[in-house]
Amino acid sequence: MISLFDSFLLRAALAGTGVAVAAAPLGCFVVWRRMAYFGDATAHASILGVALALGFQAPVFAGVLIVSLLMATAVSSLSGRGFAMDTLLGVLAHSSLAFGLVAVSFLQGIRIDLMAYLFGDILAVSRIDLMVIWGGAALVLLLLWARWSALLTATLSSDLAYAAGLNPKREQLVLTIALALVVAVAIKVVGVLLISALLLIPAAAARPFAATPERMAFAAAIIGMLSALAGLQLSFLLDTPTGPTIVCVAAGFFALTSLGDMIRQQLLMKGPRPRH
Amino acid sequence: MPLISLQNLSVRFGGNTVLSNVSFAISAGEIVTIVGPNGSGKSTLLRSIIGAQHPDQGQIKRSPGLRIGYVPQKLHIDPTLPMTVRRFLSLPQRISDQQAATALEQAGAGQLASRQMVDLSGGQFQRVLLARALLCAPQLLILDEATQGLDQPGSAGFYQQIETLRETLGCAILMVSHELHVVMATSDRVICLNGHICCEGEPEQVASAPEYRALFGTGTQGALALYRHEHNHRHDHSCGHDHGQDAVDQTRPAAASETRP
Repeated sequence: MISLFDSFLLRAALAGTGVAVAAAPLGCFVVWRRMAYFGDATAHASILGVALALGFQAPVFAGVLIVSLLMATAVSSLSGRGFAMDTLLGVLAHSSLAFGLVAVSFLQGIRIDLMAYLFGDILAVSRIDLMVIWGGAALVLLLLWARWSALLTATLSSDLAYAAGLNPKREQLVLTIALALVVAVAIKVVGVLLISALLLIPAAAARPFAATPERMAFAAAIIGMLSALAGLQLSFLLDTPTGPTIVCVAAGFFALTSLGDMIRQQLLMKGPRPRH
Repeated sequence: MPLISLQNLSVRFGGNTVLSNVSFAISAGEIVTIVGPNGSGKSTLLRSIIGAQHPDQGQIKRSPGLRIGYVPQKLHIDPTLPMTVRRFLSLPQRISDQQAATALEQAGAGQLASRQMVDLSGGQFQRVLLARALLCAPQLLILDEATQGLDQPGSAGFYQQIETLRETLGCAILMVSHELHVVMATSDRVICLNGHICCEGEPEQVASAPEYRALFGTGTQGALALYRHEHNHRHDHSCGHDHGQDAVDQTRPAAASETRP
């Protein structure tokens, strides 16, 4: 068993599937609630977390988690206060990335591989990393499972949630925490720039053939895991960067299911349903 | 004991006072309708009652264990969210197929269980929302302009369903409506709201109250069509604002005389 875990390819596969299985169902909420930029802002801020963690000689995972949490909380509390949401998120996402990159350059005596954080370095996943990833993924799935009904109700309408005795703000907080966790565990696998892709693309690819939210989340998780495994395989064969290759495979799934849906709509002699 | 009672409720948004000193109570089995012009605080009042809006002053007393069914004014379901009618009814509490079928039947949406929410017509959608509100066996059903966007036969059918429900389930109903002719025909009590309660009472009383006429019918056409009796009492309100300024929608009261027996 120990020799099995020593294989870097197996560790990479486990890391990829671990992140995908948590990111995809969470990504469904990101899609349903139109929070795509929200994920971006949180992910981009995490490079600042990397810099701070290295500066204070703290674990990178902790630094990323804290900064992502702060960022996600800032965004959700600033929303609905008269700012135009897309502008606000655009400002926060890109400026936090810029501040992070500048902060990294201040680190003296520490040489860090910036590319590894921007695009991920799945082949360098250690056994400790693997435990962190699967621990974080399990926590995210547990959160989603425990609050599933409440999260869905709050996603539909905050007034319906209030009327049912739920507090939509608490559900928003649950999603915020889950998002920060996914960002923190995914940074090693796909890197800061592509975390949103891992959230959004499997969910979007699962939409055409799902009739209920549960089936969409389940299908998204499967597509995410297949993308991780196939992307890893392909990047090994073609000698391409692994994180981007995983995202490319996921995008391929999206193209396939969208095309399949269009053909099905045509066959049913029914106009395509508006999706956006 | 009333199901719910509001005492001196005031809500402010920033510097704007949206509701001031609103007090009323709803007893079991009553149909109470709130009428008022746009921006008069109707939706804010309902949102306060369901707990979505915190009052700045005053309080809301609910009878212990009060079950409220809420039908929102409008519900936008994002097209990216797949949701069958059956699944929608199970939010947030899971229910049995039998319960779902009964609620859909009561709301007049019997055959819709397997349809996608985004594919429903406006009228079907409202009936599904109504069915969902019925699932908790409500003692108080709250409807916020539930027939907005429906054509006349559609909304007439919807209100008929509501009346049937009151008879079969015995629940109290609190609704906001713009359709004054329907309001006058079906309500036990009408509350005329414009930031504060301008007047309230039985439909005939309210229709002939000067405050109501100032809001909904300047001049003689419209409001006068609602006269059912001699105006033998006076409302001595001293409102701080000019009701006439807010006059809206004078066309509908005229239809009221046709719908009344």
